[in-house]
Amino acid sequence: MHRRQFLTTATAGASILVFPAVLRAQSKDPVRIGFPLPLTGTFAAIAADMQRGAQLAMEELNAKGGVMGRKVDVMFRDDELKPAVGAQRTKELIENQKVDFVVGGLAAHVQMAINEQTKAAGRLYISVSQSDEISAKPDTSPLTFHEALNPTITSRTIATFGTKELGKKWWIVYADYAFGKQNTAVFAAIAPKLGATLLGSTPYPLGKPEFSAHLPKIQAAKPDVIYAVTPGADNVPFLKQAISFGLKKEAKIIVPLHFLDYVKEGGAEVWQDIFGATHFCHELAETLPQAKRYVEAYTKKFNRPPDAYSGYGYSGIMEVARGVELAKSTDSNTVANALRKNREYDHYKGKQWWRACDNKSFQDLWILKVRSPQQVKGEWGFFDVVGKVAANEELDRTCAEKGLA
Amino acid sequence: MLDIPLQALAAQAFTGLVLGGIFVLMAIGLSLIFGLMTVVNFAHGSFYMLGAYVAFSLMGVTKSFWAALVLAPLVVGALGFLVERFLIRRLYGRSPDDPLLLTFGLSLAMVEGAKLVWGKIGLTVDPPRQLAAAVNLGFMNFPVYRLFVIAVTAAVLVSLWLFLEKTSVGLVIRAGSRDALMVRALGVDLNRIWLLVFGIGIAMAGLAGVLAGPMRGVYAEMGVEIIIDSFVIVVVGGMGSLAGAIVAGLVMGEIVSLTTFFAPRLAELIIFIVMAIVLLVRPSGLFGEAGLAE
Amino acid sequence: MISAALRPVTSWVAAHPVASFVVFFAAFPFLVPYQSLATQVLIFGLFALGFNLLYGYTGLLSFGHAAYYGLGAYGTGIALAKLKLTSLWLALGIGLAAAVIGGAVIGFFCLRRRGIYFAMLTLAFAQMLYFVAFHAADLTGGDDGLRGIPLLPLGLFGASVSLRTPLAFYFFAYAFVVLAVAALRRILDSPFGAVLQAIRENSDRAVACGYDINRIKLLSFVFSALFTGLAGALDALRLTVVPVDSLYWTTSGQVVIMTLLGGAGTFFGPFVGAATFLILADRLSLFIEAWPLVIGVIFMAFVLFLPRGIWGTLAAPGVER
Repeated sequence: MHRRQFLTTATAGASILVFPAVLRAQSKDPVRIGFPLPLTGTFAAIAADMQRGAQLAMEELNAKGGVMGRKVDVMFRDDELKPAVGAQRTKELIENQKVDFVVGGLAAHVQMAINEQTKAAGRLYISVSQSDEISAKPDTSPLTFHEALNPTITSRTIATFGTKELGKKWWIVYADYAFGKQNTAVFAAIAPKLGATLLGSTPYPLGKPEFSAHLPKIQAAKPDVIYAVTPGADNVPFLKQAISFGLKKEAKIIVPLHFLDYVKEGGAEVWQDIFGATHFCHELAETLPQAKRYVEAYTKKFNRPPDAYSGYGYSGIMEVARGVELAKSTDSNTVANALRKNREYDHYKGKQWWRACDNKSFQDLWILKVRSPQQVKGEWGFFDVVGKVAANEELDRTCAEKGLA
Repeated sequence: MLDIPLQALAAQAFTGLVLGGIFVLMAIGLSLIFGLMTVVNFAHGSFYMLGAYVAFSLMGVTKSFWAALVLAPLVVGALGFLVERFLIRRLYGRSPDDPLLLTFGLSLAMVEGAKLVWGKIGLTVDPPRQLAAAVNLGFMNFPVYRLFVIAVTAAVLVSLWLFLEKTSVGLVIRAGSRDALMVRALGVDLNRIWLLVFGIGIAMAGLAGVLAGPMRGVYAEMGVEIIIDSFVIVVVGGMGSLAGAIVAGLVMGEIVSLTTFFAPRLAELIIFIVMAIVLLVRPSGLFGEAGLAE
Repeated sequence: MISAALRPVTSWVAAHPVASFVVFFAAFPFLVPYQSLATQVLIFGLFALGFNLLYGYTGLLSFGHAAYYGLGAYGTGIALAKLKLTSLWLALGIGLAAAVIGGAVIGFFCLRRRGIYFAMLTLAFAQMLYFVAFHAADLTGGDDGLRGIPLLPLGLFGASVSLRTPLAFYFFAYAFVVLAVAALRRILDSPFGAVLQAIRENSDRAVACGYDINRIKLLSFVFSALFTGLAGALDALRLTVVPVDSLYWTTSGQVVIMTLLGGAGTFFGPFVGAATFLILADRLSLFIEAWPLVIGVIFMAFVLFLPRGIWGTLAAPGVER
């Protein structure tokens, strides 16, 4: 060995001995990801599912040695489904816990409040539930990524499948708030292009599911399909009232999103034959190897199969990890650019990719139909997968329509 | 085609009666408690919620809706006894705002407590088979269960009226809500009467919850939504007036139902508009007496 | 026992309220786990201060104070996000104006009644504003909230001061809150302030003394709305978003809890209450998922055993309120 080489090596070796504390601290400092979500409030059950998905991701990553040799620490915070609380928790995560990234938010208004804080602090934020606005101006930013679906994609998917397979004459019942209005508007815009007609729509106040006066009018219009944008606790009252009026026999009913936990709670008797879209269900394990692996890992850890939103939590954390590995850095801008450069990923159910102009994730969707009580498999097998709508950028607005380049 | 608006109107009017029934059950309890004890019970909605949850559990145990219908209000009323005896009674003689604030804190605790006991996801309660069908009223199909709710409300109101008008305890309650000081001066032990009144009021809230469960679903936040509506109705009727609670409850139920049909955007707003108008025109509500709440 | 031990401190604080406030809150951001928490305490303390002027000092319980907080927030937010104004001062001014006008109008109607009817009327108006904001989505963003609020730099004596760091924003809010606190002290120390408290103690007697109590109550209402509106305007800038539930009755309820916790009718009660509530909520939610249960129980305990609140109990009676 040359003397210079020897000296360099010896010096290097000596410095490692002299400064072990520094090196140890650096390699032990975890990569921190803040995760605000509504652990209390009306969507607590969905949030719990999302949390489990994220926990699974964290465990799997750490079992492999973490990210860049550093442990991954996902810090959950309760945002109570309130924007002001979500914003405050995000500030706490950023300032007090010094998180490098944020994943989370369930419900559009909370996500956007979280996003304001992450933008101001220059942290990458992967939002994981429905919102049309978050990937558009003025909310979006180079650091704002949207993993989940939005009303545009959801209702265009429903329309694409439903007008072909279920019928041409539609009626929409929708809760009178942003999500309900957006889904209705999207459907109304796309229906004519698919040769379908929107016979009418019925708004109602969110949380006050009283439809008896409207149902006769809907019945008289004789729609082929009723699109019930009646989220959360409103779903089952709507279905029960529709059943008691005989409406379920006369028309097909479709909801924007299916949730395993809600269907299980409401029961197959009420939910049978109801169609709905989803980005994930555990039945996909029968056909997709990635889904099989994910479902088995989740079921083993939590003693129950995953519901749809667990996938968002899982994928969100995995994407942060992938970005960090690609960028070889925890700097948010660098990671964001790395994700945009390497757009494709597949963590649990098939290929997804980021669209560069708005950081929007595109993914495959499926249409589900709830089985009758006799056909339900075991404790959790409620869904038949009856259709697939492949990932397609045309299902969302164009970047120009969102106010971006 | 011309029949449909009429049909829908009639349907909505009937639904208004059902909604009105629930409102009346809530408002009577609140009004009784305020009229006699000058206590603004912010936890009233939480007892409504508790009634629905307890009914769910009782149905699981007894497999009978009818048993739950009778027992759940009693269980909730008993809880009301405990709350009055050990919490609210300590506050008599202090600022009139204190029971309001205490029950506000109680309502926060009860909502979380319910989730701890029964889980975070909303529960489904089914009406019994006998009531599950829809009956043909000639102009429309109306769910039998809703007729049942109207019938139960009417029965409870009649029983309450009989109790207040025809029994000596009822007499004391009526006298006490007019002039508590005088009744005390006459040597009546008002503490026990107040305990009873609070328990009855709470039991009625619990009953409202049991009835509402099969229609709206059972979830921890259901009380939060109804408490403000209930306050508005009691104020419109006149605090302390039972006739006011009944009239206001039914009228508001109709107004909300019809507004939901014609102008859905206004549906949640309309009770506040009505209340503001009523209060500005009749200072103590429709049937209230001046000086009672000031 | 505790209050006796702290007597020297509490007497000095009571004798020099504004100075104590200035000193303590200058150090406050360094005493709490993170600076944005301090800002939140400051702003909600101001919100409670406004409420306390009406409830603790004038004796009028309002259930709808979220209205003025919301008007301040939306006024400032809309000025920046929709009207695209370039002056932060102007935007704040618009928010304040909205709150004051709202206070004057709503106060005019509500003060026609007393007691619980007054309270319910204030609630009704606040809920009306809530539903208007919910549905006027083009102006307010509807239930998605008002977004796109730029945090402009502050134009100060020709220089442009960035408010983007938590500490800079804290002291920006601090400056306004100090002004508000000083203003409140002046109000309370004035003859007007004395009449307010006379009204709270016995309004019939105040009338008998020849005071036009309706006018005075309305003035108190408007001042209360002003302070509350300032809190809303500052919060709109703090979060750069105005959620629609700023106007909902639960927001009004929260400020009532804070005031009661701290001590209604005391000068520092609102800030003590806001600090206690917010810091508890911040830390508790880390450990206990059912933390609202704990808050509810704590609140009940306060009502039962410490009705004068923390500061009200520490700063014993006889000490200047």
